[in-house]
Amino acid sequence: MNTKKIDFIWMAGGPQGSGVDSSANIFARACCYGGLHVYGKREYSSNIKGLHSYFQIRVSPEKVGAMVDRIDLLCTFDAESLIRHIWEVTPGGGIICDTGVLETKIFSIPTLPPSFQEEFRKNLDEKGLHPETVNDLLSERLKNDVRIYAVPYLDMLKEIGKEVGEEQLSKLTRMINVLTLGVSFGLVNYDKKNVEKAINNIFGKKPSILSMNLLAFNKAYDYAREKFGDTGFKLNTTKTDEERIFLQGTQAVALGKLAGGCRIQAYYPITPAADESEYLEEKQVLENGGAIIVMQTEDEIAAITLATGAALTGVRSATSTSGPGFSLMVEGLGWAGINEVPVVINYYQRGAPATGLPTRHGQDDLRFAIHASHGEFPRIILCSGDIEECFYDAARAFNYAERYQTPVIHLIDKALANSNMSCKMLDPSFVMIERGELLNEADISGKNYRRFEFTDTGISPRLPIGTPGAVFWNTGDEHSETGHITEESTMRTRMLEKRMKKLDTADREIPLEEKIKFFGDEDAPAIIVSWGSPKGAILEAMDMLKKEGYRTGFLQVRMPHPLPKEYITKVLGKTSKKIDIEGNYSGQLAGIIREKTGILMDYFVLKWNGRPMSTDEVYDALLRIMQDKAQIRQVLNGGS
Amino acid sequence: MALKIADYRTQVFNDWCPGCGNFGILTSLQMALVDLQLPPSRVAIFSGIGCHAKLPHFMNTYGIHTLHGRALPFAIGAKLADPGLEVIVHAGDGDGLGIGAGHFVNTGRRNMDMTYIIHDNGVYGLTKGQPSPTLKLGVKTKAIPKPNINEGINPIVLGLATGYTFIARSYCYDVAHLKETIKKAINHKGMALVIIQQCCPTYNDINTKDWYGGEDRRDPATGKPVPRLYKLEETGYDGVVRKQEEVPVKTAAAFTKAFEWGDRIPMGVFYQNELVSTFQERISDRIADYLKMPPSKQVIADREGKSATSIKRLLEELKVT
Repeated sequence: MNTKKIDFIWMAGGPQGSGVDSSANIFARACCYGGLHVYGKREYSSNIKGLHSYFQIRVSPEKVGAMVDRIDLLCTFDAESLIRHIWEVTPGGGIICDTGVLETKIFSIPTLPPSFQEEFRKNLDEKGLHPETVNDLLSERLKNDVRIYAVPYLDMLKEIGKEVGEEQLSKLTRMINVLTLGVSFGLVNYDKKNVEKAINNIFGKKPSILSMNLLAFNKAYDYAREKFGDTGFKLNTTKTDEERIFLQGTQAVALGKLAGGCRIQAYYPITPAADESEYLEEKQVLENGGAIIVMQTEDEIAAITLATGAALTGVRSATSTSGPGFSLMVEGLGWAGINEVPVVINYYQRGAPATGLPTRHGQDDLRFAIHASHGEFPRIILCSGDIEECFYDAARAFNYAERYQTPVIHLIDKALANSNMSCKMLDPSFVMIERGELLNEADISGKNYRRFEFTDTGISPRLPIGTPGAVFWNTGDEHSETGHITEESTMRTRMLEKRMKKLDTADREIPLEEKIKFFGDEDAPAIIVSWGSPKGAILEAMDMLKKEGYRTGFLQVRMPHPLPKEYITKVLGKTSKKIDIEGNYSGQLAGIIREKTGILMDYFVLKWNGRPMSTDEVYDALLRIMQDKAQIRQVLNGGS
Repeated sequence: MALKIADYRTQVFNDWCPGCGNFGILTSLQMALVDLQLPPSRVAIFSGIGCHAKLPHFMNTYGIHTLHGRALPFAIGAKLADPGLEVIVHAGDGDGLGIGAGHFVNTGRRNMDMTYIIHDNGVYGLTKGQPSPTLKLGVKTKAIPKPNINEGINPIVLGLATGYTFIARSYCYDVAHLKETIKKAINHKGMALVIIQQCCPTYNDINTKDWYGGEDRRDPATGKPVPRLYKLEETGYDGVVRKQEEVPVKTAAAFTKAFEWGDRIPMGVFYQNELVSTFQERISDRIADYLKMPPSKQVIADREGKSATSIKRLLEELKVT
């Protein structure tokens, strides 16, 4: 393990619907309350109840932006979680489990898919192991200095039930999550007050549930202290003066949209984008007046066209979706393009075509976002690399959309959407509103307004529909300056040129620092190029490499379209190792860079198994490259 | 100064076929707006794709010619953002009931305060006469090689089933009736659906002006044609719901009337119910000042261009130190 030993990695695993999320939420908050930083990664199946899910939390005294490939303390609700993650527990680490699962036969668990069982058995055979039960498996790990903390969940729950007068087992088993939290925090001897505060935050609105959970937590905590004593783990609180928040990616986007002035959001339910819309609807009435309207439509075609119709009135409007939804939206995108309507699409990528990997990560859709729709029109693609960027970009997307009167696609991914982290308080005072050439009644008084007037920049001053004293027309057909249908050859030539000119204008006007971020040394012998969520893992891996004496630079492409090609050419032209890192099969960004600059990357680090990149695997891949031991193409497959 | 019909006309060359039923619809709409004295800048007309869809270009109002089947969601977006707009949506039968059927159904559920006008001629005109979703089973119009293999959708029944609170039928060549029907639809508080029986002289040689007018069946006594269309109002039919308890009875009556076709085709208001809350009212229940401060009137930036939206309380909720 190369990553910082000082960090503590905790994981809760259990069947979906068993409270994995709330236990992780409480764990993370409790750590935050103690002045620590957290980064959480959530993995779940396309299933409501029963299939495996887990939440991994990395706790660190410093801010962290990526996950690592180890578990220090694995907290299992059921046998499956234990089996799935047992080999990820680091030597010296611990496993919390139910005494009730010890005799469970490993290959008798129905929710473990045959392909997993086959792979698992193969791995055991390679190790020369032939365990039958969970207990056999645990005994093997004991040999690697992994500690086992078996706790009689059911007995403890019944005891709690007796105290509070609750006999219904189904109600009691809902507290397995808090029970295991109690054991976890007892083992690391963490300050109880912070955990109680976190439990209060999650269950505070339901007093009877709150008191029962507090009791369960305390019982389990005391049990662990008494039974297992000092375990060698210790999670210490630390003092901080920094004002911090704890949020997930979809919330950051939602907050950015509110600050950015978005007032109509249309969506159709889809994972993982829907969380954003639900949050917006819950918080729709704004604290200093006004409100955002959130419309759940009948499909994604209605979502984008509704947002586009709203944008015609001069209102900042958006839709939020993931790949399958965006596929449906494409005709609407084209209409907004040819009619020069500023509409924003927050696009949360997940893996694979069709339904693909509905709850898993991917970065497959960069090319699709750039090219979606028949015909040609300008668009702007903005890619966030971390949760804080999600906030500022979500707001900024509207500025680009309105200034250049064209659709803006804000590309996000599942890893960003469903990860959560602590970070410095966001600063909404950085959010500037640039509405571009937006006219009002006074501006057009006495003039013959033409919606698509030819101009040098390609930008025709825009008027909201409903403005008194004027009318105009839009059509999905090619049109004249007035917005009426035309099929005339000269008008078609000029009108498309006018629209496409806006892309040149955008390319010229948008400052480089909004399109690219560069980290490390520009003259380093190796330059990494990437976009989106791999950023966190790359930055941490670069730090680790630096300690080993390897200098690297990292070009984070935030705007792949229009691509800042001069700068990219300048930086990549000087380096001997050009490394592309992205979460897809074909190296889409590398392809775009080659198309626009002629530069071919020397190395590719790619991953498409539905899991985000971890610091460890990125580090390992980069180290191989730095030591000239790497193949041109390295495919990562980490994450369970 | 009072608005005249010329104030609603544009100079755009009208390329509908000679005798097209759309001309009557266009004129009726313009006359209705004159009667209602609606300023052109307050009116936004949305259309889908097809012959009907060129209508906004001939109207001197805000005119949004959208995508095939999608006029409704575009229009809903505009109406939500600016509830002061008078939003009128035009669709064809293929447009609104084929490719856009999902939007038709779900718009009924919402009861937005808008008007939805479907030009129903039984054919896809602009692609040269294929059968549309309203063409009856077994009918063979001249451009199709074989009789229609699908049953036709009954748009009035579908409208009743999905929650439209005003449902009427009119006829493209009865300009006076159509004008009054459009006015009623615009004045209706809620989502109004107007089905217009429209003739397509080029591709529908079955449901022609002569057919609707009954030229093929003359009264032996007078020698005059016996029209197929008749006016519900003239039969004493009253589809207006005035009390909640009338809903089942009036709905059932409208259903029964909606199935009349062939020899006698009713036109007029089948059903109207203003007791149902509009979408605007439903939003106002959640957002008290929605109508006073709709999205289109909200100020989102201060003088220096900084965001005018406070998210302080929301950030406070997320605070952990």
